[in-house]
Amino acid sequence: MIRSAITLGIFVLSGSAGELAVTHGMKKAGAPEHLRIRDVTNFLGRAFCNGWFWVGVPLMALSFYLLMVLLSWEPISLVIPASALSYVVGTLGAKYILKEDVNGIRWAGVFLVCIGVAIVAAG
Amino acid sequence: MSNERKLRVKTLVMVLAMVVCATTGDSLLKRGMSQVGPVSLTQTGLFQAFRGAMTSGTIWFAILFLIGFMISNMTVLSWADYSYVMPASAMGYAAVTLVGVVFLGETVSPRRWVGVALICLGVFLVGQTKPRTSTVMEVAQ
Repeated sequence: MIRSAITLGIFVLSGSAGELAVTHGMKKAGAPEHLRIRDVTNFLGRAFCNGWFWVGVPLMALSFYLLMVLLSWEPISLVIPASALSYVVGTLGAKYILKEDVNGIRWAGVFLVCIGVAIVAAG
Repeated sequence: MSNERKLRVKTLVMVLAMVVCATTGDSLLKRGMSQVGPVSLTQTGLFQAFRGAMTSGTIWFAILFLIGFMISNMTVLSWADYSYVMPASAMGYAAVTLVGVVFLGETVSPRRWVGVALICLGVFLVGQTKPRTSTVMEVAQ
């Protein structure tokens, strides 16, 4: 049980860290001026050349691997709902690392989504 | 249209693209892998499954939609907050449930409907906040 709890913690942290790194990379790459194919293609070129993107990808791959490991140890009805914790951890990271302004309404929304996803995933 | 409204509409369009691409991609992947059949965890079994997957048109369509999801996700994160996009994209859970009920005739338990309602309410609340609160780098064109 302790082994699964620790692995779940690393799974959630690595997944959220990976997504935060990719988000930071996308902000650094700069938004496309318009949603035209040329602008989006140029944006993707800048995004793939950004180091933060390549920091995020292996972290997300580690998270995916740990999900597979967890699924081999514990029932899916426990693992997937527990993974909804990523919404709260990701929002904490967005607030304190990416310096996003997460107000009370957004927190309330995040908690509702987290509980809702856990219920839906539990079946 | 004000800049704030433009940003909101642009973000909504990209989040919808993410949800549609992810839901369609996952559904096609499920259908494609069902056509391939159960994967046997042996060297030969894995090779046969890989060959079956790579020659399946359904799986290639699924991959196309999942690439679409990746591109729309990366693009929207270049201007919108992660704490805005991440919960909003959870609408995919509601979309999958609706697709299951409407197109596949699946039965959904009351508990699952409660979960879908909470997700919708949560996404509605997040949608009331500003899509962008952090600094975004402007690119000289």
